[in-house]
Amino acid sequence: MAGGQERILRRRIKSVQSTKKITKAMELIAASRIVKAMGRIAAARPYYEELIGVVRDLSASAGLPKSVFLDAPPEAASKGIIAITADRTLCGAYNSSVLRSAERLSARYRSEGKGVVLITVGRRASSYFKYREVPTAASFFDVTDRPTYDQARSIAAPILEAYESGQVESFVIISNRFYSAGNQQLETTQLLPLDPEKFGPSDDTQALDFEIEPSPEVIIDPLLRMFVEETIFALLLEASAAEHAARQRAMKAASDNAEELIKTLSRVMNRARQDSITTEITEIVGGAEALKVGSNQIDQSYLLTYAGRKVSR
Amino acid sequence: MANSFAFSLVTPERTLISCQASQVTLRSGDGDITFMAGHAPFIGSVEPCVLTAVTSEGETLRAAVHGGFVHVAKSKVRVLADVADLPDEIDVDLVKASIAEMEEALMHSHDATIEATLRRAHVRLELANSRGLPIK
Repeated sequence: MAGGQERILRRRIKSVQSTKKITKAMELIAASRIVKAMGRIAAARPYYEELIGVVRDLSASAGLPKSVFLDAPPEAASKGIIAITADRTLCGAYNSSVLRSAERLSARYRSEGKGVVLITVGRRASSYFKYREVPTAASFFDVTDRPTYDQARSIAAPILEAYESGQVESFVIISNRFYSAGNQQLETTQLLPLDPEKFGPSDDTQALDFEIEPSPEVIIDPLLRMFVEETIFALLLEASAAEHAARQRAMKAASDNAEELIKTLSRVMNRARQDSITTEITEIVGGAEALKVGSNQIDQSYLLTYAGRKVSR
Repeated sequence: MANSFAFSLVTPERTLISCQASQVTLRSGDGDITFMAGHAPFIGSVEPCVLTAVTSEGETLRAAVHGGFVHVAKSKVRVLADVADLPDEIDVDLVKASIAEMEEALMHSHDATIEATLRRAHVRLELANSRGLPIK
């Protein structure tokens, strides 16, 4: 029946409309969070620059002392991967690209005959590997929405421990980097061992004769440990901003699709309504016509009968 | 000004203090050390302590610093701390409660993390005391 069709369509449009309201709200929330996350990245930058400056000055003044963090460590049984994903979905390919890349890298490590020490950040990575029964060394939740330095430190703890004890020869972080609101990229960043090039003298450092207390050999390890923590923190902040940006984009696409769907459904519904009106009119006209025709027939038959009677009389 | 220098206290999350100062005191490796204008280039570790800075206007600023590094070069003093607090961010009652809780925990077992946290709590309390807050 035509009226039933229309009712079903009306109900579907309503449900798409409420979905659109939700996706639109999520889009706006994500957009406001990008701004906050960008603010946090900016607030964290001075520390990073100062820290790298301290290590640079140290190396310019006394030469980079030996440290486990800088030199390529002896062959170890395994290599480490840190996968940073979000806690929630609805952010496009954000999570899946990290997971796919982590899978590929661990397959490569295994083909080299190395074990893989996997550390996950975010519920998505944790549940992905749990479902596939891939063992993880450590998992962290509730970080990427608003990362704090304390969290970065607790993530760094097992990494530093595994590295310093010589169980793991290197660590890489797979995460989304945030370049701008419109540009985020999946990147694999080398965390450990640190690249000594990074601490080479820059153009503006002049070799000052630094008084170093305690000695450079003693100070370098805590300094580099802090640098590792800071690198993790910076990548977490970027991942957080990238996540919000990805979510905003995904939700904008969803809202646009809902809009499109509403348009199409409305068109079909209007058509159905018009059809049912046309059918009704046709029925009424047909009925009236039939009535008209019918009454003529009655008349005629009546007349005929009457005439017949008349005739018979 | 000739007898002042740029001083900044930064943590990974934010910059707490950034000003012109004439004097900065903190605890380094072996003991307290005070930096004044024209100090020789210096890199050192910072132990948990209450940092005191006197600004070029003569105002005294304090902050609880929980370990980190100090870097002095070219009339700039920079303190990099993992964690630091300004006096008005400290909730004395909360700190006291957590100190009691941790001391209780330490009676039963020795945990290096709790000990470190306890040391921080004491530094916070010391800072709160130094600004003359009523302590119950």
